[in-house]
Amino acid sequence: MTMPSTSHAKRNPFPVNWPSRIIWVALLAYLVYALSLIDISSERMIAGFGHGADMLGRMVPPDFSRWSLLLEGLLESLEIAILASAVGITLSLPIGFFAARNMMPPWVSWPARTLIAVCRSFHPVIVAIIFVKAVGFGALAGILALIVASVGFIAKLFAEAIEEISLKQVEAVRASGASFGNVIIFSVVPQVLSRFVGFSTYQVDSNLRNSTMVGIVGAGGIGGTLFSAFQRFDYDFVAAILISLIAVIMAGEYFSTWVKGVFK
Amino acid sequence: MIAGNDPVQMTHRRLERFTPMERFSRWLVLLIVVAAIVVSTRHVQIIPEFLADAPSQMLDLLNRLWPPDLSYYQQGVHEALMETLHIASLGTILALILALPVALCSARNITSNPILLVFAKLVLVSSRSVNSLVWALLFVAVFGPGTLAGVLAIAFRSVGFVGKLLGEALEEVHMGSVEALKATGAPATSVLLKGYWPQVKPALWSIALFRWDINVRESAVLGLVGAGGIGIALNNALNTFYWDKVSTVLLSIFAVVIAAELVVTQIRKRII
Repeated sequence: MTMPSTSHAKRNPFPVNWPSRIIWVALLAYLVYALSLIDISSERMIAGFGHGADMLGRMVPPDFSRWSLLLEGLLESLEIAILASAVGITLSLPIGFFAARNMMPPWVSWPARTLIAVCRSFHPVIVAIIFVKAVGFGALAGILALIVASVGFIAKLFAEAIEEISLKQVEAVRASGASFGNVIIFSVVPQVLSRFVGFSTYQVDSNLRNSTMVGIVGAGGIGGTLFSAFQRFDYDFVAAILISLIAVIMAGEYFSTWVKGVFK
Repeated sequence: MIAGNDPVQMTHRRLERFTPMERFSRWLVLLIVVAAIVVSTRHVQIIPEFLADAPSQMLDLLNRLWPPDLSYYQQGVHEALMETLHIASLGTILALILALPVALCSARNITSNPILLVFAKLVLVSSRSVNSLVWALLFVAVFGPGTLAGVLAIAFRSVGFVGKLLGEALEEVHMGSVEALKATGAPATSVLLKGYWPQVKPALWSIALFRWDINVRESAVLGLVGAGGIGIALNNALNTFYWDKVSTVLLSIFAVVIAAELVVTQIRKRII
């Protein structure tokens, strides 16, 4: 990068950006500080890699001999995901609509937005713990927990989608003397349908992933089987469960991509 | 959805929004969805007494949760909460470091080797398909219970997410400046640092912040399987049935998550 020496103002094409340097230094300082808090020693790492190699060795070959248990758990997870998505999406429609600030007065939208924020803040597994204590072990607790998660995600995005719509069509339909219901059906729904399908399918995927986990706290599905297999060091069965989980989740992703394509 | 019901229109031409194939696909999706819901409702094992009992049980639980025992915050929650934040932050930083090479390998305009491309995609997909709790179970089995397992779990779960989005950002880079740099004979590191980096920098920060926000939520549960953080305090309170302590933990998680979200939106507004 040699510039002609005749130019009087030799400008550096890449000037030093001090704010970003300070951020980098702060990040580095934080990294050193935070790493000092967790005890990482070379012996622990070496022992860990030994354990890891041992575990991987015991995972191969995966043990599919208890396939009926595996299938039962997977089916229950799938059912939890489907029912939670169905109820959750249905509930999200009115809640999301109430939370849209261009459709509703503040005294309606603020409570709805608070409800959504509460639903979003907690990980589904934490919500599942609460529901297990409330309604007992089993699929019901898992379904309720994932309904909460679905409302937190879909109602929020749905509200945002409604807030972004063009009001011209709403006014046009309203001007034709349509009732409130018809205004919704003919001016709001067509504008948000494809986006709504998009994040609904995303949430179905997400529910499928989480429905395989809520079992860890006793809320039904394959998670319980996975957790107990871990605790009994049945690593070959763990491997079998993980492989089938990944297969199911990928199949779910393919399905949702197809659905999104259909409703483009 | 059929725009041809008007008799005047019928005499001319039926205008349809969708082709028969599209309509068939739409009906098929609807059919599959309804069938799935019906079959699940029939098959799922829900004990009806539990369902009927649920509202009164929930009320009972809420009564036990309220009022929260705020003194528990100083005893055990504060430290665990800080640990959770460290797990989330360290996990995100580690994920960024790990995701960078994978993202470079997965971007089609940077990597031309097809085997490397497929391998990078495979790494990203498998990282995303395994839940952070499963990663935590694996790392607890490998390194023993503690913060280290939590950090690694968060990092390995985030690599797929960060790597995928970063790879996409790299593929969208405007190639003009990159080619200009290459034409001057700049070495590969300079091309990366001065050609690609300035263009993906905003995307990278935005991805990092977004993932950090998610990780704060996720790291709160890792303690349930022994991977450190607030989950351990939650688990202790739950196992001893101190519900007022449980609500303290839940309130503090809520506060931290909301605070994290506010911080992220503020930084986003300022920088990006």
